[in-house]
Amino acid sequence: MDQLLINVLNGVSAGLLLFMLSSGMTLIFSMMGVLNFAHASFYMLGAYFAYALASVVGFWVALVVAPLAVGLLGALFERTALRRVHKFGHVPELLVTFGLSYVILELVKLVWGLSSVPVAPPAALQGAAFTIVQSVGDGLGLVWGAAPAARCASVGSAVVHCSTFPATRMFMMAVALVMLVALWLLLTHTRIGLVIRAALTHPEMVEALGHDVPRVFMLVFGSGCALAALAGVVGGMTFVTEPSMAAIVGSIIFVVVVIGGMGSLAGAFVGSLVIGLLQTLPLTVDKSLVDAAATVGWRIVPGDIVYPLAKVTLAQAAPILPYLLLVLILILRPKGLLGTRED
Amino acid sequence: MAAAPRAGSKTYHFKPYNVGRWFVWGLFALVLLLAPRLWTSSFAHTMLSQMGIAIIVCLAYNVLLGQGGMLSFGHAVYSGLGSFLAIHTLNLISAGKLALPVSLVPLAGGLAGLLFAALLGYVSTKKAGTTFAMITLGIGELVWSMSLMLPEFFGGEGGITGNRVVGAPVLGITFGPQVQVYYLIAAYCFVSTAALFALTRTPLGRMLNAVRDNPERVEFIGYSTQQVRYLAFMVSGFFAGIGGGLAALNFEIVTAEVVGAARSGAYLLFVFLGGATFFIGPIIGAVLMVIALVLLSELTQAWLLYLGLVFLFMVMYAPGGIASLIMMNLRLAAFGKLGRLWTGYLALAGTAFAILAGAGAMLEMIYHLQLNAALGPGMKFMGATLDTTSADSWFGAAFVLATGVVLFELARREFVRQWGTIQEEIEKEIKRREAL
Repeated sequence: MDQLLINVLNGVSAGLLLFMLSSGMTLIFSMMGVLNFAHASFYMLGAYFAYALASVVGFWVALVVAPLAVGLLGALFERTALRRVHKFGHVPELLVTFGLSYVILELVKLVWGLSSVPVAPPAALQGAAFTIVQSVGDGLGLVWGAAPAARCASVGSAVVHCSTFPATRMFMMAVALVMLVALWLLLTHTRIGLVIRAALTHPEMVEALGHDVPRVFMLVFGSGCALAALAGVVGGMTFVTEPSMAAIVGSIIFVVVVIGGMGSLAGAFVGSLVIGLLQTLPLTVDKSLVDAAATVGWRIVPGDIVYPLAKVTLAQAAPILPYLLLVLILILRPKGLLGTRED
Repeated sequence: MAAAPRAGSKTYHFKPYNVGRWFVWGLFALVLLLAPRLWTSSFAHTMLSQMGIAIIVCLAYNVLLGQGGMLSFGHAVYSGLGSFLAIHTLNLISAGKLALPVSLVPLAGGLAGLLFAALLGYVSTKKAGTTFAMITLGIGELVWSMSLMLPEFFGGEGGITGNRVVGAPVLGITFGPQVQVYYLIAAYCFVSTAALFALTRTPLGRMLNAVRDNPERVEFIGYSTQQVRYLAFMVSGFFAGIGGGLAALNFEIVTAEVVGAARSGAYLLFVFLGGATFFIGPIIGAVLMVIALVLLSELTQAWLLYLGLVFLFMVMYAPGGIASLIMMNLRLAAFGKLGRLWTGYLALAGTAFAILAGAGAMLEMIYHLQLNAALGPGMKFMGATLDTTSADSWFGAAFVLATGVVLFELARREFVRQWGTIQEEIEKEIKRREAL
């Protein structure tokens, strides 16, 4: 029970990290029609910038400065490259970000090397955020921080299980939620949010009213990249900061965006949580189709034609589940869970 | 306007013998035939074989990208699965369970590509544009992850090996020597190229272009855009599978990386670099791809960075690829004005070379410091030895780079001015000819 709870929390935190990425991507897509292929590369840049800055100015400053720096780079890219190919149509726009993802990956390898860099979370975020104590006698209990050894010791027949939840993941959830609220407030309660929402649907009219729409585009692109970099700072600290980190999340956020529905922020949120849980929960299930078939009385033995496929456990199949869900969604509901666009 | 022909009378169509086309195709066949006579080393033969394979796959890919406007990020799935099915077929032949001449094994790969394109393409082609791109990416990842899960079919880390010298030799051809495999590849390459060119002249090929340019209107006149995309996807999958099957015969080993995202990305990159809007573009791209993958990657560790930068600039400044650059200059040549630009081209080339030398030296020095620091500070670059720890090398490289950039900008402005004048003259010339 306690372990399941921890797993669900792990899945939710992974989902929220995905949302930090997919929200920026969705914002850019719905506004400019540009699918930013290099979004995960900006995520990686954020992690590496934070690594480089943290040794100089400390983690907390880097948490703010690294996303801003990446955001500036993103805005610069929009200004110099993306705006130029805008007139050629959406496919060249996608291609130019595709080319950028190659360049960023190679530059990161060039500057920081091919292997992972050691990123240690700050002292405040090391260790456990809380511990769930499950004892046969008292039921479930919750202790903030690491539980004292005495609480976790089994005394006699009262068996006690302790499961900890790392502080970095807690921090990840907190950052994502703060970002979610801030983004929502920005879009609904400020003047610039009003202009952005108007430029989503009626760019010509917004321009006619005297707003500089290309500048708004640049702002949105830069902010989207900054959000990705923020996710990178947190993700790089929680997971590993290495050159392959962009490729690992890159294709997953595309799945998230398609499943949630292209251009829908709420859809991106739902999609992120679903994929986060789908990536995490099956990892603990060591059962395969062979076991499932056995419960209904069908014995699959080695040598059967379906055996190679059926013997794969759910934990082994976990990496393909998001993509299978993508295919299923496309067959059953092509516009995505919360999408409105048909094309 | 000519009067409608009277009933009963025979109409004559003036159909000139298309000399240019016969010439180009004859030349293509001749190049395929004579290339291994010209470059006789076994290394050259392997490279030529790879080029033949790459040409088929890139042309197949361009059915989607150039002719259908579909940006696929997962085309290695179809060439890769074709490779796997072909090597399994080859192993069945070796085991004596199947009687099939080795020369037909690539067709098994093609059928596999067709089958998987029919299966996965049904989902992919439900959408167009960016969504299509994302779905193909997802399906590519799906197959790649599957390849790690199912070692029985994909061979796990080591891949699956085969032996192409099996069965009774047909006409004395055993496919033992590389050159025999090359000629098999060349034959497939020529037939596939011809077939794919013919496709562009069929109603399906024309509808595909229409779907690319104006899907709404296609729907309006009663076609299903999804069906057209689906058909094109299957054609593309079939030819990609043939390319994959030939690759299986050529290397006699297939590993999981042939379905990977890096391979798909390479197809996209090089087809675009070659020029997706022209039929000949992917052929140029394929030749470049093999040269880059085999030669450039040996020459420098930074080749992916150079490739990415070249691609970025190509998308920004010449979205028609190399083929479009060639065609623009051919147009100039046709009007006899190319000669006036040679000084401009010379200036551009010289200054661009300075930029490349400066930037290249700096990049190579950084790479050297990062990866080969154990070999000492000295590094060879373009025949000169650079000391990566001394400020002189860095300053020198930066100076060459800066000078190059400034001079290039000056040369470029002059060139753009000249180019504009010539284009205007050509426009006038065209108007004058029309008036005649």
